[in-house]
Amino acid sequence: MTLPQESDILVIGAGPAGLAAATILAKTARVLVIDREATAGGIPRHCGHYPFGMREFHRLMKGPDYARALVERAKQAGVTIATRVNVVRLEPGPRVTVTSDAGLSEIRAKIVLIATGVRESSRAQRLIGGEKPGGIIPTGALQGLVYLEGRRPFRRPVILGTELVSFSAIMTCLHAGIRPVAMIEPNAEATARWPGALYPRLKGIPLHLSTSIRAIEGRERVERVIVDGPTGMQAIETDGVIVTGKFRPEATLFDGGHLEKDPKTGGPVVDNFGRCSDPAYFAAGNLLRPVETAGWSWSEGVAVAQSIKAALTGKLPAPTSQSVTLKGDALSWVVPQRISAPSDGAHERFQLRVNRKVKGRLSARVGGVEYASLSIDTRPERRITLPLPPTAQPVEIVLEAK
Amino acid sequence: MPNDDLPASERFDVAIIGAGVVGCALARRFALAGAKVAVIEKAVDILDGASKGNSAILHTGFDAPVGSLEQACVAAGYQEYLEIHGRLGLPLIKSGALVIAWSEEEEALLPSLMEQAHQNGVTDVEPLGERAMRQLEPGLGKGARAAFRVPREYLIDPWSAPFAYLLQAVENGAKIIRGAEVTGGERDSDGWTLQTTRGKVAARLVVNAAGLWGDLLDEKLIGGRDFHMKPRKGQFVVYDKPASKLASHILLPVPNKITKGVVVCRTAFGNLLVGPTAEDQDDREHAVLVPETLEALKKRGEEILPALKDHQVTAIYAGLRPATEFKDYCIKAHDRSYITVGGIRSTGLSAALGIAQHVLKLAELQFNPRVDPVWPTVSNISEYFPRDWQSEGHGGIVCHCEMATKREILAALDGPLPARSLAGLKRRTRVTMGRCQGFFCSAELARLTDGHFDRPMAEKAQ
Repeated sequence: MTLPQESDILVIGAGPAGLAAATILAKTARVLVIDREATAGGIPRHCGHYPFGMREFHRLMKGPDYARALVERAKQAGVTIATRVNVVRLEPGPRVTVTSDAGLSEIRAKIVLIATGVRESSRAQRLIGGEKPGGIIPTGALQGLVYLEGRRPFRRPVILGTELVSFSAIMTCLHAGIRPVAMIEPNAEATARWPGALYPRLKGIPLHLSTSIRAIEGRERVERVIVDGPTGMQAIETDGVIVTGKFRPEATLFDGGHLEKDPKTGGPVVDNFGRCSDPAYFAAGNLLRPVETAGWSWSEGVAVAQSIKAALTGKLPAPTSQSVTLKGDALSWVVPQRISAPSDGAHERFQLRVNRKVKGRLSARVGGVEYASLSIDTRPERRITLPLPPTAQPVEIVLEAK
Repeated sequence: MPNDDLPASERFDVAIIGAGVVGCALARRFALAGAKVAVIEKAVDILDGASKGNSAILHTGFDAPVGSLEQACVAAGYQEYLEIHGRLGLPLIKSGALVIAWSEEEEALLPSLMEQAHQNGVTDVEPLGERAMRQLEPGLGKGARAAFRVPREYLIDPWSAPFAYLLQAVENGAKIIRGAEVTGGERDSDGWTLQTTRGKVAARLVVNAAGLWGDLLDEKLIGGRDFHMKPRKGQFVVYDKPASKLASHILLPVPNKITKGVVVCRTAFGNLLVGPTAEDQDDREHAVLVPETLEALKKRGEEILPALKDHQVTAIYAGLRPATEFKDYCIKAHDRSYITVGGIRSTGLSAALGIAQHVLKLAELQFNPRVDPVWPTVSNISEYFPRDWQSEGHGGIVCHCEMATKREILAALDGPLPARSLAGLKRRTRVTMGRCQGFFCSAELARLTDGHFDRPMAEKAQ
């Protein structure tokens, strides 16, 4: 396929959010979706387990089937999908420079939707000590090796982290005949609500809470990890480390470009219509923040499609961009970061997260006057939402911790 | 499986033990001089010891001890790199360096360091007051008081350079034998017969370039050693590419007796590096990363460039410098058939080509120089020069963070010096070296590298 040089809508990223928006927009405009992977579908392509698809297809699906169904639906709607295309630059216009097997080229569009998703934080980003043998990989790599390539990178790894994705790592291991020997969590409690501390125990995998990895040992391959926990230092014989979670938006395209990035989320700054600081660019899905489910990202794609449709016909309110500020050091981020007009946007509510286990009262205020509040007793990685303000004004979200 | 087979009953002119940056440069120099060269490496791929972790700077030698062999080799190596890098396709990033004083005491040392630079033939150093210094590097932290500029300190690609040296050696007839550890050797009337774990290698001259194992190898082969290895560990923190905008020069501290100190500089690959530490240890094999030390490096980095605190770490690594009890290099021709090249500390990357010139002179062997040597070029993987992904037919990008193409990866798995481990492929192509550390590309890499590595990335499940 020759890569088109022009389209009404260009979507970057063929995951749940990008495909959802593309499918809807294809009814009224020419839509081109590009993805850097060889196959469209995004991360669910290599999540070979349940649960996917309830919102989108009203049935329980495994990730790869779900990804294929999203792609099929988009194609049937008339979306053009081009894979193995990497974006190298975003410029006003909008003008998008890409590279593919055909070399460098430029794609012009009326609107660009960026939906490039998330990745996990690496061992390096967590400054985990020890040596650098083979066999230290994120869950995403494990899933790809197991579900896309039918491979087994190790036989008895340890799993670092207890987020939802960490349990996906267990399922992926068991599917491939890999027996995790331990699950390690630096905090005093597991991060994920369900299956929480129960699932690894059910599978006979020891869960070490309040424990950190001091050092990874082994020269060619991982041989053991030294962990530091309530009973002191301990060596665990193992042949791999799965470094799970602590997601970061895959927002490299925003570095050095003209679009504003939010250091708190690691993703772009958007208003409640999903618009970036250049209103010809929109963003949706997990690029906005770490991290939500595929279904949630898909819903954001659906919602942002309505904003984009309005933008195409000039019906979207001008970006007045009143800012949202956070007060309280336990609050880690909020999306959207700007409010342009209070109603009918892609985002009907604020999304927030905390950076530690915290109890308290959240208060959303405009002009010093509270318009909404919420009692919280929550932990990191758990979804919190608040209503948008009744009018487009600067918003302050205050956490009074107890 | 690629196999660096041992040739049957061939006698080499020179057997070089160790394919680190020094061994690679030696192989090139001897091969160009017309010698029949064998390079014996115990690891499955080249650059697996001290050469895998350094600061990737091409030093002028301005701060080397005056009159030392190290200074002479660095200066000669520097000069030769400038002469050959273009023909080999190797990058040169003309960053320049600032030596920055962060205290009154350090500031008082700047004039003598500039004087030392002059004595070492680096006469273009220029003193900078605080204002001029900050004009050149506006991102510097508030503790920086004064500096001097060394305009010709540059950044290079620390792995493509030695790879290109060895590639040129191989293309001019040298034989590389990887995965072969030298276990012993016997002298005879015409040189040596070395025993390796993969068979015998006979050569008229043996050059010990075994890096961290050099003293032990001397003991094994010639029954004595002139130096004792005291490995010095250096830990590094590498920041993601946007941080490379924070400093244009190599930011050097005022050195003390033990170390050049913590450097902040861009890398040829477009990242920003902070390091190294200097930690003496006995262990020659294990370079262990310590979280507290990495935190301290980050903190020091943020003192030097405060804006670093908003940047992400991409990679962490530790290297071992083959230091000895002596300050200078330990290079010695023991007799006509055995030369030791030892104690090549942190300046090895800059000095390697110069060391090779020096060792060729020490070798009292006559060869017929190659009149029309082959000049292979390597694929550029530096961020600052055109990359493969910018041209057509690259087959698609496999490693999205480092923009490594399928064409580059397949080329690195093929040819006269193919990668035989993931580490070797990383050094040739940058795969998995970026911010995602393999999140996106591991699955495809496992497939592409099938049958190429001694140990596959991931076995096939039944």
